[in-house]
Amino acid sequence: MKFARDTWLIFQRQTQLLLRNPVWVFVGVFQPVMYLLLFAPLLKPALNAPTQAAAYKIFVPGLLVLLAIFGGLFQGFGLIAELRAGVIERSRVTPISRLALLLGRSLRDVVSLIVQAVIITLLALLFDLRVFIGDLLLAYLMLALIALMTSAVSYGVALKVKSEDALAPLMNTVAQPVLLLSGILLPLTFAPGWLQAIADWNPFSWAVDGTRALFAGDLGSDKVWQGLTITAVLAAAGVVWAARQFARSVR
Amino acid sequence: MIETRGLRKSFRSRAGRETKTVDAVRGVNLEVAEGEIFGFLGPNGAGKTTTLRMLATLIEPDGGEATIAGADLRKAPAEVRRRIGYVPQGGSTWDESTAREELVLHARMYGIGKADAQRRAARALDAFQLTEYADRKCKTYSGGQRRRVEIALGIIHEPRIVFLDEPTTGLDPQSRAHMWDEIRRLRRDGMTVFITTHYLDEADALCDRIAIMDNGEVVAEGTPAELKREISGDVVLVGLDLAVTPQAAQALDGEPYVNKLETADEGGLRLYVDEGATAIPQVLRRLDQAGLDLRSIELHRPSLDDVFLTKTGRSLRES
Repeated sequence: MKFARDTWLIFQRQTQLLLRNPVWVFVGVFQPVMYLLLFAPLLKPALNAPTQAAAYKIFVPGLLVLLAIFGGLFQGFGLIAELRAGVIERSRVTPISRLALLLGRSLRDVVSLIVQAVIITLLALLFDLRVFIGDLLLAYLMLALIALMTSAVSYGVALKVKSEDALAPLMNTVAQPVLLLSGILLPLTFAPGWLQAIADWNPFSWAVDGTRALFAGDLGSDKVWQGLTITAVLAAAGVVWAARQFARSVR
Repeated sequence: MIETRGLRKSFRSRAGRETKTVDAVRGVNLEVAEGEIFGFLGPNGAGKTTTLRMLATLIEPDGGEATIAGADLRKAPAEVRRRIGYVPQGGSTWDESTAREELVLHARMYGIGKADAQRRAARALDAFQLTEYADRKCKTYSGGQRRRVEIALGIIHEPRIVFLDEPTTGLDPQSRAHMWDEIRRLRRDGMTVFITTHYLDEADALCDRIAIMDNGEVVAEGTPAELKREISGDVVLVGLDLAVTPQAAQALDGEPYVNKLETADEGGLRLYVDEGATAIPQVLRRLDQAGLDLRSIELHRPSLDDVFLTKTGRSLRES
């Protein structure tokens, strides 16, 4: 009960601060929209898709996963600013739950991601993308789990490195191979065998496959539960690890 | 109110490939009584902040014990957190929030209900004369205003002890005097106040009792007056022409009330005496007998810096 209350308290505060400066929600959406408008039209001929809508069914889920990964991974910057301002230290001398300090922030990130995902989905509808609402909600659940994991990891790393200068290259170095090995931009069905074998070890590749299956309306596909399970387990692990960083000394 | 025994902490720091262990705090024993302003005086890097952070549950001690407001630091840190307030050195407010928002949030982090938190925030804003700016963002505040918000945050849950880490560093003289009044007000309200400072005048004027810290150890403890009395009494400065200085030194050397005598290069004497007020007439009489003219005579009472100098071999102003 105390934990739920504490988490809600931090979530409220963080959301309030985000709403005070809502421009960041749109800055986050800007890049995916550019992909949607300027890159996606190349896909129908490139993928040999029968229609533009079919190409979007492949591309949009990948784009949303990309948004979730990047949206989460760079949240640590905000935390470093809070660390510097002494806000984290001030929180840590109160009896507030350490897990709540993390989760309140990560949930804010999840909510802002879902808002962005809805904007992208609505735009894609204009390009004739059609997806069942039930499948879409499950896909959003997948995105939420990914964002929860990446934002928690980003916060944990931020508490460890404590400097933007270290965080930026670190996150970029992690994000790039993850991105290329997840078949986000083009499906890995085009990949040679060795590349697919490596990609099988990338959890985000499973998440992308699962989300694509959902957009294709293939709810019964194994890829859906596999993707959801993998992201759920990793999200839980990420949250536990990062919460421990909040509990440990922060200097 | 606070009792520590053998509190220790060392840090590992890496310089290139070598790891060095730095003993930041090496066995601190303290006793702080209820309702006093206790000051931790020492140069930067003496281990004051590290000790304070240990007492505030922010870092775990490597060894030793402490009881704070009746709660055991090692066994019940969560209970300690409920009973103390802590105001960090480098600030604790967020630029984009208002003072009122910060106060309400902070009260709620202690588990206080929303309505009560709002009442407390309003009361704190009033007490710290912040009501006028309460709903402006913290980034618009002056240094002194912001520091007052931070102190208000530290005591919003009415703790029995509040730790203030360098509460007046970076403030202009007027804000500093103002802050001293605020701190005295906390004591009047029955709170025990534990501050760290590297200002001699602050320790002297504000604190009921002080501990001087150097190199991770407490080197002296007591009221400022006790500590000053402990070191070799007063100093009488006798102003003399260079020509007559040696004769005066000869005349005064060996007088029973003179503990030690030093000659200044540019002429004049420094006499270390137990009590300046009774020594001065005797000095005057003796010099008169010897037929020597003096230009001036001055009584210099020892400062906390002299205490620091005696205990550590260097001046706090230099370190």
